[in-house]
Amino acid sequence: MLTLNVNGQPHQVDGDEATPLLYVLRGDLGLNAAKFGCGLGQCGACTVLLDDKPVLSCLTPIAVAKQRQITTLEGLGGHDGPGPVQRAFIAEQAAQCGFCIAGMIMRAEALLRRNSAPSEAEIRAHMTTNLCRCGTHMRILAAVRRAAQMVRSAATDAAHAQEARR
Amino acid sequence: MTAVNPTLSRRALLGSGAALVVSFSLLRSPVSTVLAQAPPRLPGSLRRSPKLDAWLRVDANGITVFTGKAELGQGIKTALLQVAAEELGVEPSQIEFITADTAKTPNEGYTSGSQSMQDSATAIRHAAAQARELLIAAAAQRWGVPAEQLTVKAGTITAPDGRSASYGELASADMLNVEAQPQSKLTEPRAYRLIGKPLARVDIPAKVTGAPAYVQDLRPPGMVHARVVRPPSYAARLRSVDSSAVEAMPGVLKVVRDGQFLAVVADREYQAVQAMTALAKASVWDETKSLPDPAGIYDWVLKASAKEYVIHDARNGEAATGGRTLEAVYHRPYQLHGSIGPSCAVAQAEGDGLTVWTHGQGVYPLRAALAEMLHLSPDKVRCVHVEGSGCYGHNGADDAAADAALIAMALPGRPVRVQWMRDQEHAWEPFGAAMVTRARASLDGSGTVTDWHYEVWSNAHSTRPGGAGNLMPAWHLATPFAQPAPEPIPQPTGGGDRNAIPLYQFANTRVVHRFIADMPLRVSALRGLGAYMNVFSLESFMDELARAAGADPVEFRLRHLKDERARAVVQLAAEKFGWSAGRLAKGRGRGFAFAKYKNLAAYTAVAAELEVEHETGKIRLLRFVAADDSGEIVNPDGVRNQIEGGIIQSASWTLREAVAFDETRITSRDWSTYPILRFAELPDHVDVHLIDRPGQPFLGTGESAQGPTAAAIGNAVADAVGARIRELPLTPRRVKAAIGI
Amino acid sequence: MRLKRALLGLLVVVLLGAAAFFYLVRQPALPAGQPPPPASFDATLIARGAELAMLGNCNTCHTKDNGRVYAGGRPLMTPFGAIYATNITPDVDTGIGSWSEAAFVRAMSRGVRRDGQHLYPAFPYDHFTRVSTDDLRALYAFLITREPVQAQTPANALPFPWSWRALIAGWKALYFRPGEFKADPTLSAELNRGAYLVEGLAHCGACHTPRNRLGAQQNDRYLGGGEIDGWHAPALNSSSTAPVAWTREQLFTYLRQGYVAPHGVAAGPMQAVANNLSAVAEADVKAIAAYIAAIVGRGTAGQQPNAPTPGAPAPGDQDQKSAEGATIYAGACALCHEPTGQQFSARGIELTTSKLITMPDARNLAHVILEGIKPPLASPAALMPGFGDVLTDHQVAALMVYLRRSFSQQPAWPGLEDSVRQARHSATEP
Repeated sequence: MLTLNVNGQPHQVDGDEATPLLYVLRGDLGLNAAKFGCGLGQCGACTVLLDDKPVLSCLTPIAVAKQRQITTLEGLGGHDGPGPVQRAFIAEQAAQCGFCIAGMIMRAEALLRRNSAPSEAEIRAHMTTNLCRCGTHMRILAAVRRAAQMVRSAATDAAHAQEARR
Repeated sequence: MTAVNPTLSRRALLGSGAALVVSFSLLRSPVSTVLAQAPPRLPGSLRRSPKLDAWLRVDANGITVFTGKAELGQGIKTALLQVAAEELGVEPSQIEFITADTAKTPNEGYTSGSQSMQDSATAIRHAAAQARELLIAAAAQRWGVPAEQLTVKAGTITAPDGRSASYGELASADMLNVEAQPQSKLTEPRAYRLIGKPLARVDIPAKVTGAPAYVQDLRPPGMVHARVVRPPSYAARLRSVDSSAVEAMPGVLKVVRDGQFLAVVADREYQAVQAMTALAKASVWDETKSLPDPAGIYDWVLKASAKEYVIHDARNGEAATGGRTLEAVYHRPYQLHGSIGPSCAVAQAEGDGLTVWTHGQGVYPLRAALAEMLHLSPDKVRCVHVEGSGCYGHNGADDAAADAALIAMALPGRPVRVQWMRDQEHAWEPFGAAMVTRARASLDGSGTVTDWHYEVWSNAHSTRPGGAGNLMPAWHLATPFAQPAPEPIPQPTGGGDRNAIPLYQFANTRVVHRFIADMPLRVSALRGLGAYMNVFSLESFMDELARAAGADPVEFRLRHLKDERARAVVQLAAEKFGWSAGRLAKGRGRGFAFAKYKNLAAYTAVAAELEVEHETGKIRLLRFVAADDSGEIVNPDGVRNQIEGGIIQSASWTLREAVAFDETRITSRDWSTYPILRFAELPDHVDVHLIDRPGQPFLGTGESAQGPTAAAIGNAVADAVGARIRELPLTPRRVKAAIGI
Repeated sequence: MRLKRALLGLLVVVLLGAAAFFYLVRQPALPAGQPPPPASFDATLIARGAELAMLGNCNTCHTKDNGRVYAGGRPLMTPFGAIYATNITPDVDTGIGSWSEAAFVRAMSRGVRRDGQHLYPAFPYDHFTRVSTDDLRALYAFLITREPVQAQTPANALPFPWSWRALIAGWKALYFRPGEFKADPTLSAELNRGAYLVEGLAHCGACHTPRNRLGAQQNDRYLGGGEIDGWHAPALNSSSTAPVAWTREQLFTYLRQGYVAPHGVAAGPMQAVANNLSAVAEADVKAIAAYIAAIVGRGTAGQQPNAPTPGAPAPGDQDQKSAEGATIYAGACALCHEPTGQQFSARGIELTTSKLITMPDARNLAHVILEGIKPPLASPAALMPGFGDVLTDHQVAALMVYLRRSFSQQPAWPGLEDSVRQARHSATEP
């Protein structure tokens, strides 16, 4: 029995500590977003955040996730309150089949947590780990740019609000 | 037919609370009798399912619309919803929309061939318009008011004196149990509220927030997980397997073996994966060489026994004399669908029936195939479409459904979820066929093509079920089903010869299709079928002819193109691209290509600009500009999304993709042995310009960019390096070899 | 201690400076010109030069990330500081466009710039001096007919006294032995061809031979294992710790495709070499493989020295680490690296044959775990993801303890967490 901290909530998980996180998220915790794409760490469909870093949950044994913060797409916001990156993907209609999108959003989220003003080249280099087969790439890039803009203006607004309170 | 398992409806599984709806019309008019009747010329799929209540139901609970088509990631559900809401005079949010389900929806065959707008949207549109008229007539009768004086808004009919009633209040039990009429009063284009305007895709919010959206996400109570162990190669025979150790593994419920169909079922998914690995290790296979030498695959294509079809032979003029004659041969390898998520299905056997949740493209044909495989009556099998990972043609979906069905029958009562592993998907899905084409044409002194002779050698482009023999797992059963000999898809749509007939006007044109029935590698429909290769070949060759004639490639195309709508997309793409004859910087090239998909569907022209690194032959894509005419546009953003995606996917096929194999095995087993385009290799820009044709028929868009994109890239490479590469994909090595030192 | 080192350094400077003085006077500037027109070269000469450029890996050092080929700008991180590879396209201002053939041949065989200044031996002229003048002419014909690219090479980041080029003259006096390759009449033509390439243009020893404190190859330990870009270049001679003997056929496939079972994939800096060797004449790669297998690597077959004594107590916390590593291995590595019985081509190799796990230097395995492997161009190898964001240094080390114990007979690596830290650090360097 070990404790995993997923989207800010502790969860008790039993079973083999070598189990890849993906199977525990989907099977034990009922979280759908992270997808099985290849199980080989080649496509990024299973991307989640581990302490703000993008990791491939299909090859992440739960043993190494103990005492660390796991964030999945569900942790960024739900249907009624999507987070900025999710809103940007909706605004750009950045999906066809959408199977890769959860991984795309998580990878983008990791970039924006580290750098809210990435260059186009930085975005492309960062996203290149993840595969899309429908060819939605141009919209995904537009969504990441839009999300960066939203994150920056949210930060500016927050700074202004703090200024006003003083 | 009744619902096999009323406790386990798809919507209950997906967490929306609506009750099960059974389509009564389908019970009373089975497909066979509908087809046997002398058909009235009804629009779209109404021909096959002419009763209105096969498509629409209106009652106190609201409005339900049914389509036999499936959402494959192409956004069809949203576009169909727009059409239905437009004609019914309601908001899209007022409609409960049900897609392909043999217990509920009409039989619309396969969701393929970019046909859904023509088939289903046309049917729904007419049915909805007729239903609206019937509801208005009911109100008119109830209130004694002339129908023309009534107004409709958001599903409520209002009389001039202020009396009003909702559709639900007006509908009677059998109001829609009537035959469709050949022509309903459709909404005038100028009155459109929804058609022609972008509507946000209804499925995207769930997909970006992690709500259950895919067959992979189904989790019915008591569900167990299965994995199959496939033979290591097509011709491998199972010599022996000792499954005793696997059966003792934690969580393992059962090892299923039928002939050399091998599967394992476990409580938890990772247990099933571990058990599958152990079972594969415990199985011994005899392999034999059954595949052609990959180095000589195009020789094999040319030499294989083929049936010849002269699909076009038009002689309208004198053969050219004294002009120049050019000839070129083009090659295309086997290519993968390669959906990001491997195939998956859930099945449950209960009583004497079976329900299968599948992401296949045709629930009715699948039902027939599964019933044959399991020796069940088709009415004992229900197939429900649930979205899967992107579908670009006949992939592993139907086979995964067969896997799930076989395993579920061995474990009655339990819902069984089967998901393929990545290597299984790569190695066992049916590929897009390897093809060879040869074009020969003569130019007269004025630079006009006079004689055009084109041949295409190809395997089949559709081996869909069909019967059980086209379900791959059925090949491995103790009493196996043999794969039936494939038949070519006849013109005018064609298979290997799709788009082999040029839309250009030449004095003499002859086109021959050589259909190869023998399939050493498994092949079937991949987005665009033969059109991808034929358009690549035709449009590359048009460029070669233009160059030989000293003509601008765009002008040269227009010179031979009479179809006004074709001319319009060519001109629009050229204009928006800024096409000109000016020289680009060294190493840069631009290319142009055009096709009308199937010569029946959307018109699409693509212009490309790219850069070739001289030393390495690496291609850097710079920009694509496309122009498209898909007839009347329902959802412009949906059309754009399809064209953009088609361009990027085709660029990936064209630059990178070829299935690797040796004489025994498929060796493309993952994303390193079958690389596809990644973000770092994308163009800077993709711009799509649409020509809307309100009032004109819908023309399917889903596959129309594949061919033109390939040819535009090939033409741009030729422009950049001054040498033509006629073998796909255009790898750096091939480009470098063409460039020379 | 520090004083002693400083005095030693001063002495070295004085000695080398003196040597340089005598050496310098003999190095004149050669006249600047314009690149000869491509038509003035025989096409077959240019084509031969193209192959030689690939054999010599010119593009690897002389191309920066996302930069134009041969336009330079890539830093070579030496213990003395960063030395930037120059622009060798025929741009007159920033490249070698003003160089005559004679200037080019002198640079390659004597390590002297056109203007008479000495070149740092980061440019491996200690190998290139073995190349025949005919081949150097072909190489010149190829390079001087490339598309010129204007790209200024950044200034080297070398502290004094290393920034003083005259010092190189002293270094040459001590270590540089110019002269073309001499064939050994007792060897076959193929082995002589292999020797010519290995010792000359392919400059294998530049990475695979250890260097002394002044950066010169220790030729008494020729091809005995060196260092490049934070990676260990493994020994090719009898001190190799490869767990399985390399046959010449395997060496050929490895060099040609960047991957061969059961040894594995060309990772790190070796990958660029394999990519280039996939584009040259097959006979040359066969000759290199034959020479390495027959001469250099004689007696290397599958050695497993220093087997740990069974039952001996493991040092420190090795047992606990190994258990932790076993769990990581099972969840992160086993799916691809455990044999399935079907041996699909795209799977990772079975780790019992891994050359990284038996190496004396732990950094390569750390690099691969942290950064993953992008398969070489011509290989059927699998793409392996990096685990740098997944595993902490401690977890990587635990995994490595487990791998070393389970898949090799070698003793535990000392200072493992330091090696992991170093690998992680050098991976994030530019």
